[in-house]
Amino acid sequence: MATTPTYPKEHYLNHDFGIKSWLLTKDHKRIGILYLLSITLFFFVGGFFAVLIRLNLLTPDGALVTADTYNKLFTMHGIMMVFFFLVPSIPATLGNFVLPLALGAKDVAFPKINLLSWYIFVAGGAMTLWAVMTGGVDTGWTFYVPFSTSYAQSNVILAAMGIFVAGFSSILTGLNFIVTIHRMRAPGLTWFRLPLFVWATYATALIQVLGTPVIAITLLLVGLERGLHIGVFDPKWGGDPVLFQHMFWFYSHPAVYIMILPGMGVMSELISTFSRKPVFGYKFVAFSSLAIAVFGFIVWAHHLFVAGISVYSAMVFSFLSFAVAIPSAIKTFNWTATLYKGAISFRTPMLYAFGFLGLFTIGGLTGLFMAALGTDIHIHDTYFVIAHFHYIMVGGMVMAYIGGLHYWWPKISGRMYPEPWGKLSALIIFLGFNLTFFPQFILGYLGMPRRYHTYPPEWQVLHVLSSAGASILGVGYLLPMIYLLWSLKYGEVAGDNPWGATGLEWQTASPPPAHNFVEMPVVNEEAYDYSKEREAAFV
Amino acid sequence: MWFNVPLFPERASTLANQVDYLYFFIVLNTVFFSAIVFSVAALFAMKYRRSKHPKAEQIHGSMILEIGWSVLPFMIAMVMFAWGAVVFFDYSRPPANAMEIYGIGKQWMWKFEHVEGQREINQLHVPVGRDVRIILTSQDVIHDFAVPAFRLKGDVIPGRYTSVWFRATQTGTYRLFCDQYCGTLHAGMVGDVTVMDPAAYQEWLSGSGQGSLSQQGEKLFIQLGCVTCHRSDIQGRGPVLAGVFGSQVHLADGRTVTADESYIRESIMFSSAKIVAGFPNIMPSFQGQISEDGLIQLISYIKSLKPQPGAPANAPAAPGAKPPGK
Repeated sequence: MATTPTYPKEHYLNHDFGIKSWLLTKDHKRIGILYLLSITLFFFVGGFFAVLIRLNLLTPDGALVTADTYNKLFTMHGIMMVFFFLVPSIPATLGNFVLPLALGAKDVAFPKINLLSWYIFVAGGAMTLWAVMTGGVDTGWTFYVPFSTSYAQSNVILAAMGIFVAGFSSILTGLNFIVTIHRMRAPGLTWFRLPLFVWATYATALIQVLGTPVIAITLLLVGLERGLHIGVFDPKWGGDPVLFQHMFWFYSHPAVYIMILPGMGVMSELISTFSRKPVFGYKFVAFSSLAIAVFGFIVWAHHLFVAGISVYSAMVFSFLSFAVAIPSAIKTFNWTATLYKGAISFRTPMLYAFGFLGLFTIGGLTGLFMAALGTDIHIHDTYFVIAHFHYIMVGGMVMAYIGGLHYWWPKISGRMYPEPWGKLSALIIFLGFNLTFFPQFILGYLGMPRRYHTYPPEWQVLHVLSSAGASILGVGYLLPMIYLLWSLKYGEVAGDNPWGATGLEWQTASPPPAHNFVEMPVVNEEAYDYSKEREAAFV
Repeated sequence: MWFNVPLFPERASTLANQVDYLYFFIVLNTVFFSAIVFSVAALFAMKYRRSKHPKAEQIHGSMILEIGWSVLPFMIAMVMFAWGAVVFFDYSRPPANAMEIYGIGKQWMWKFEHVEGQREINQLHVPVGRDVRIILTSQDVIHDFAVPAFRLKGDVIPGRYTSVWFRATQTGTYRLFCDQYCGTLHAGMVGDVTVMDPAAYQEWLSGSGQGSLSQQGEKLFIQLGCVTCHRSDIQGRGPVLAGVFGSQVHLADGRTVTADESYIRESIMFSSAKIVAGFPNIMPSFQGQISEDGLIQLISYIKSLKPQPGAPANAPAAPGAKPPGK
């Protein structure tokens, strides 16, 4: 206790040297870092498109870019962010790095497949980037037919094939995690002693394995229809355009839970660690993740309420959409209750957790407006939807991701990030985010349609506010990238467990040795047992 | 530009009231639950900050709270569900006596055709206080007919007819948007809906020079030779069409379908898809030979054919007559 932490002599980063030691690594920690680098690239590519979108919308007549360019910008923003940032974000980076450590394992169950999944991801990403650089794609990230099959003049097949390929990476990662969680837990680490981050990762992996094949089939059919006119989707050739929407959303609705569930898992870790308490209602939080994964598969048609589906099927899907909201509400209440009688410290990860709590609450509640059939008639396909899902995806998931990155950064790098800068970034992102997306709720109810290059002049003020917020948000995202890199060299040495946290990952060195643990850990306590004071230079 | 920034849309239809009331109810709940979560979290964060409350109490949960905050939100959610379903049911069921206007979406314009023969582009004139049903189809990709002031929206899908209906409550001009992304000039596929006094609307209608839609349809019906098989005086080689619209049609495979716009469209474009019981499959397909406008004219004409007394529509053959086509 209270000794100055020292940087370990040998660890996974200096275990081996040279480019080859990274590109052929089977170490889950190094693969996590490879993913971190690649998704950061995709995040900034997607973010760059977002900047251009917001700049263009400063004026009602869309003075910056042409209509075709604008359509490509929002399409590529969506494709990059959804398929190449949000879906892999927490599972493939933090999940890869933390999961085996949290289980007390040496690695994931299939280390070679883990490396393969990164290569597949990079191949898919490269194909899509190639499609972007050779003219782009303008179908919207949703690839709605018959526009994508018969009318779009852009690189549809190449972009769709990039997503098709990247999907296999997602399936393999999910499979790897499921087997790892079943087979590689340390002695004594029973299911109900698992950290909730592991439960969330498990639920996510189930969706990845079961859902991703459907989008693969769907995109393959789009390619075949476009190239060979097989007549599945386009009514001109005897197909059914609404069939595509059913197939697309059968994956893409569960996929939003691929994107948010891991964030919820991170949230449980942060709230517990910085309140020095177990997560309130552990089993409810754990099972709500599984409930979301299961119910998430039977709500897809709420994306089709105004697409001419039968009124009775609309009612069924509306009912189920309300039902899937309940597990999220349960989680939110439990996180809030975890704070009760805690010993709360406001370190950077906790500020991000508070940000998540606020933004996810708004994002979740505004989802009810779309689940309710009556209000969906009006707000479907408007900025209201845009605002809602950005509150979940960016306000929720990205907050959790950056919060988790700060939380595990000492474990990943062995060094602390600079605390004042971390707090500043959390504040800037929170403020910038709200200024960007809150006006879009108002725009949406006014009727501003999605994917419009130009708009009626009376809506300019709200658009300008949104663009101003986006510039603040952009600064907020650049900051962590700069100071986290800085901290690799200049950050304070972290020590094994700078937070005095309970998970197994904190019981080994920071950064951990190549094989994670010197001795195999044995678990003989419940999750989040803060009843005994843990050694920590923790304030 | 800081003056006159609208924060809430105009309200100009009966549906708009229904949607808004539900909206306010959900807003109320959103504010209520956000306020609870935010204030409780803020309170705990203040009260139990580490500097003031250094030793956390190890609390694991509470069954009563878990049940309470699962059941209560679920019940409120069910109110929203039921309320939303009622509004949606209304939205999905056009009144039987609604006046009809046909709309065609194409990249990147709206075309409307009134039964009386008036046509307009990116403009839609309707009377105030009357139920209006817009029967929509697309010539190419999926579009979406959206009028925010009416809180109304419906996808416009190629190869089939969908419809939306409304009753405007206030004269004026309102914005019409395409809400489903449809390509390059998606943002340019906009127009105006002009709601007029009934008298002014009648006057506006009379400006048409080219006969009603059904008259145009009749011309096409003769021109395309439909009339040689679908005869009105005696049973021809095809079914008598008088009174067929809206009736139940018995098919050769034993099914029964309602003869709505989409059925008639399919029978013209893919004539062998659904064969009427008792008739041979001899009608040629007209795919590629009739435009969307032409289809609308034909449908309008077929709708205008009233059943003739003593000659029930849809009977496979009159009693005693030779079975057709054999």
